[in-house]
Amino acid sequence: MADALPPPAPFPTVRDTPLDPPAALGRLRGSHPVSRLAHPDGSTGWLVTGHALVRQVLADPRFSSRTELLRSPVRVEPHEPAPPGVFIGMDEPAHARYRRLLTGQFTVRRTRALAARVERIVEDCLDTTEAAGPPADLVRTFALPVPSLVICELLGVPYAFHGDFQRWTTAMVSTASGPADSRAAEEALTAFLADIVAAKRAAPGGDLLSGVIDAGALTDEEAVGIAMLLLVAGHETTSGMLGLGTFALLCHPDQLALLRADPGLADGAVEELLRYLSITQFEVAARSALEDVILDGRLIRAGEPVTLSIPAANRDPAVFADPDELDITRVPNGHVAFGHGGHACLGQQLARVEMRVAFPALLRRFPGLRLAVAPEDVPLRHDMPVYGAHRLPVAW
Amino acid sequence: MSRIRIEADPGRCVGSGMCALLAPGLFDQSEEDGTVGVRDGAPPDTQRATAAAAAAARCPAGAIRIGDG
Ligand code: HEM
Ligand code: SF4
Repeated sequence: MADALPPPAPFPTVRDTPLDPPAALGRLRGSHPVSRLAHPDGSTGWLVTGHALVRQVLADPRFSSRTELLRSPVRVEPHEPAPPGVFIGMDEPAHARYRRLLTGQFTVRRTRALAARVERIVEDCLDTTEAAGPPADLVRTFALPVPSLVICELLGVPYAFHGDFQRWTTAMVSTASGPADSRAAEEALTAFLADIVAAKRAAPGGDLLSGVIDAGALTDEEAVGIAMLLLVAGHETTSGMLGLGTFALLCHPDQLALLRADPGLADGAVEELLRYLSITQFEVAARSALEDVILDGRLIRAGEPVTLSIPAANRDPAVFADPDELDITRVPNGHVAFGHGGHACLGQQLARVEMRVAFPALLRRFPGLRLAVAPEDVPLRHDMPVYGAHRLPVAW
Repeated sequence: MSRIRIEADPGRCVGSGMCALLAPGLFDQSEEDGTVGVRDGAPPDTQRATAAAAAAARCPAGAIRIGDG
């Protein structure tokens, strides 16, 4: 019989140190890795903080991904079903039908073939950075545009529109633009993606989106939904990793020196930054029980929402020695930064290619790279589902 | 040294590419839908057996099984 649980508590979001998850999550993982959560709308749910348990839930089809069944642990939101094509918020068989259309495009081999384009994009953005400073805001000149331009490649966005595309994607993810601006940007992007889909139907190109439209017997609405999902899932996350990853390396000069001395460590450095930073803080890996399930001795009732803490799982001392240390030579590294199970990140191999190219190129270009402000003055995205730096002023 | 046998179930596979990343000599992904194929089901040396075990542990879909040869 499991011991009595503390009453439902709000989701902890306050960090004591910028690069570590809220300490309260670690305490819960030690005492009650499955605990009760109080949502801001007054309902209750569950919070899972242990690595093995997070993996278990993500691999269990009794826990649904349907958007209308999920609850945010930090804000009150409407509960609407996922739009056509947005399969991250769907269960089988709808989810697999869409996902299978895309998996062939995201294989290790295909994404490696994109590496040459990624290298070009990275060098271009480093040119922009160099021209802008020192000092320069690395988020604006590097972390935001690199993933946005890579997604332009996937969607086959014509070069003339890259500027518009970047402006809208930036407005959509940044808080500097208020909610009204980001909604306007989302509407502009949706209209733009509809034009792109129509153009690809008329004259298919060699890009991923043309391939999907060609293979899929999709409605226009579905094709736009898929394009929007790739953008939303792939932009904010990868730019968060590029910005915060650079910040983390600058805060750990010993690790930065190791990577600088041996770029062969880049693969391991990327895995360790993914684990250590675990930028999907909440809302991204969320589920809801479709039937009563016993999890670690607790009865989760049908209909109850479950929040999975990827940051807590990736600092679990049961799996990682010295979990709070950033160690770019750590092996093995069984982190769950890309999730697990049937919804495991579709773009993970592409994200890996982007980071493996970007970090060493940045260090090569700027041998004297340093923060241009005190570390505590780097503004961070504490209250947003995807953690990261709002700005990263650097000099060289 | 005892031999091992590697099996992968394309029906369970979610096309994450972890196996092809960690053990490219042993696993491959189909061009069409990214699902797993085993290139070499009975790797002879310990190094590759270790790579196979790492892939099985990291596979997000539990689609890779390693048994005795
Ligand atoms: C470092 C960057 C990234 C991180 C940390 C990340 C993280 C994640 C996580 C945790 C999930 C699982 C969500 C769940 O289980 O509910 C996910 C799903 C997904 N990601 Fe990523 N992601 C990244 C980059 C990308 C990129 C570059 C793309 C595509 C261009 C992408 C596309 C997707 C899609 C489509 C899904 C939904 C998969 C499904 O439901 O089957 N992601 N990602
Ligand atoms: S690691 Fe598993 S899910 Fe990913 S491609 Fe290989 S078999 Fe498929």
